[in-house]
Amino acid sequence: MPETSPVNSPDRSVLLDHVSIRFGNFTAVDNANLKINSGEFFSFLGPSGCGKTTLLRCISGFSDPTEGRVLIGAKDMKGVGPNKRPTALIFQHLALFPLMSVADNIAFPLEVRGVSKKERRRKAEELLDMIALPGIGDKKVSELSGGQKQRVAIARALAVQPDILLLDEPLSALDLKLRQHMRTELRAIQQQVGVTFIYITHDQGEALTMSDRVAVMSKGVIEQVGAPDQIYNRPRSSFVASFVGENNALKGVVKRQSEDMAALETPMGTFEARVGGGRKYKPGDEALLFVRPEQLVPGQAENAFQATLSRQEFEGATNHVFARAGDTELRVSMVNAGLAGSVGSKGDTLSLGFAPMNATILPVGQIASEA
Amino acid sequence: MSRAVVFGGAYAIAFFSFLFGPLIIMVITAFNSSKFPRVVPWECFTTGWFAELFGNQRLMDGLLNSVIIGVGVVALAVPIGLAGALALSELPSKLRATLYTVLILPILIPGVVLGISTIVLWGQISRGLGGAVQAGIYNGYFLTIVGQITFVSAYAMLVFIARLQRFDATQTEAALDLGATPGQAFRKILLPFMAPAIGSAAFITLLASFENYNTTVFTVLSESTFTTALASKVRHGTDPSLSALAVIIITITLVGALTNEAVQRRKEAELGGKASRSPLYANPVTRALTHPGVVFAILVAIVATVSYIGSKHDSSVCEAAILQDKLDRQAELRAAQKAKIEAQETEQGITVPKPEGGFGGAFGGLGGAAPTPAAPKPEGGFGGAFGGIAPPAPSE
Repeated sequence: MPETSPVNSPDRSVLLDHVSIRFGNFTAVDNANLKINSGEFFSFLGPSGCGKTTLLRCISGFSDPTEGRVLIGAKDMKGVGPNKRPTALIFQHLALFPLMSVADNIAFPLEVRGVSKKERRRKAEELLDMIALPGIGDKKVSELSGGQKQRVAIARALAVQPDILLLDEPLSALDLKLRQHMRTELRAIQQQVGVTFIYITHDQGEALTMSDRVAVMSKGVIEQVGAPDQIYNRPRSSFVASFVGENNALKGVVKRQSEDMAALETPMGTFEARVGGGRKYKPGDEALLFVRPEQLVPGQAENAFQATLSRQEFEGATNHVFARAGDTELRVSMVNAGLAGSVGSKGDTLSLGFAPMNATILPVGQIASEA
Repeated sequence: MSRAVVFGGAYAIAFFSFLFGPLIIMVITAFNSSKFPRVVPWECFTTGWFAELFGNQRLMDGLLNSVIIGVGVVALAVPIGLAGALALSELPSKLRATLYTVLILPILIPGVVLGISTIVLWGQISRGLGGAVQAGIYNGYFLTIVGQITFVSAYAMLVFIARLQRFDATQTEAALDLGATPGQAFRKILLPFMAPAIGSAAFITLLASFENYNTTVFTVLSESTFTTALASKVRHGTDPSLSALAVIIITITLVGALTNEAVQRRKEAELGGKASRSPLYANPVTRALTHPGVVFAILVAIVATVSYIGSKHDSSVCEAAILQDKLDRQAELRAAQKAKIEAQETEQGITVPKPEGGFGGAFGGLGGAAPTPAAPKPEGGFGGAFGGIAPPAPSE
């Protein structure tokens, strides 16, 4: 694959220029404005119904933006049909053609472009080698396992070397083990072919592990774009903080702010924390403090408080401890210390604390509901 | 448990005799030489009714017309039905319900109305156009084809709608996304998926066209199709050549059904992986023997052989004997009747009025005045329930 691409690698970037998509009064995508770089693995992460699939269909050409422009490789895609765009879409349920053999499926893009039968066969076998499934070309699609279908769908999408590969939650139908395996594999394929991957998912594990950058979406709005660790460690909105990973939210009133640190007065006490998103607060403003369960450390001196252990959920390597402080129940993740250590039992008093840098103060806003 | 089995068995027997009884009786009557289709009394085994059927020029002309019209209807109704089903699947749901009702309406309208309105509409149009066009439009073939299409295409559409409901629209989207033009996506993805439905729609429309009477009897004008010819024949009295026709239809159906079964079983065995394990498929001879094509060829060969042997069968000797029997019996009865009447006349000295035709002797006793120990043999009418009717002299 890479050897056939021109020396000057083509522009495989996607620019969403103030894209809005509306259906009647419903706004599915609201003013999406971002650039996906050439050769990047980019994910759109959000709960179902947040507009990410609509955006994907817009990029692949199945619908037009109500406002704004979609540019692929710096070319405006207005009026260019899905069959004329340099994109390939991998559907949620893959949409392999059940009446064709595996090889015919993979060679379909070549067939519709008038490539000879012999050449199609050769290319299909080459692609089957790439996805490490040699010799299954004559099988029927129904004879394949879930993971094999997945890989065949990728091979089919790559048959005509698209500039952009769009993936619509393609792993959601697979079981956990296979899903984890396919994550690694997808990433490896992307590195191999150098195509821009745009990946849609509601599974943050997928988005964080595979992507170069992630865009978190909620209700049609792109809340934050950034590298996975930025998204996780530096959330810019209460939605991102609560949707990506587990988080404890404490409501309070800002007492003072100095640069990017602030003090928040909560019913449990006054805590120092980092200000998220470079915002400015006046004393007396309401705000939310987010602190992740793994950042609550027993015996930590800073931001210390007392809580009562109410229940635990044991999950092997981690022990999820729920501690009650006043009206708030906090989630604490503790590494399993094995037989040598003990968390305690129900009713015990825990002394917890957290480093100010590891907690974020954000404006009161939408909280992602628990699934 | 055993009572349930007994009851179930009895029910199954009753059900199947209800279902197949008429067919079996009809098949038997096709080979009885009796002029009226019946099983008893059995007269002679004959294949003459088949000859009689094929010798009926009006029926055979009608058959040819039916085939011409049927092919025309299939060729037009199937694409129209497919287009209608596709249009419905693309529409927003509100419009779809309305259009669905409109498209389905011809099925609900009585065929008679469709037939008459077809003649009226196309009569107007053809008169307006005049000349050679008028002759081309206003004839039995054209009118019957357009008249039947109005409702037959709705049948086809229903078949396609059912199939389309199982079509995953993302298949077409995937094809487009992979670079296919809309035409290519239709030909390479949707059409292969619809192929089985196209086959069954063609079959259903052909049958619907073939067996239609209500509409056709108007639109066919002075021509006649097989069905209308058959109907007018039945109106003039039925004979076992219709049973012979039934035998032919049943045979064709059986051959078709068995071949289809062979196709299905083979497909299933190959899909299920049973074929690779089965010794039946490993042996080239048995493998070839179970091939649907071979099965079909064998069935056709059997039918052809039986037909050939049947066509050589001559029942004229037996029929002549039966005829002689009947004539003898009639003479005998006449003599007996004559003797009885004479005996009565001499006994009572008066003449008993002889019941005339109509219900014959069946109500003889009601008269009261006639103490006839044996009713006089009635002549004609419905007396004797056809049994004693003297066969007319052979028409040949």
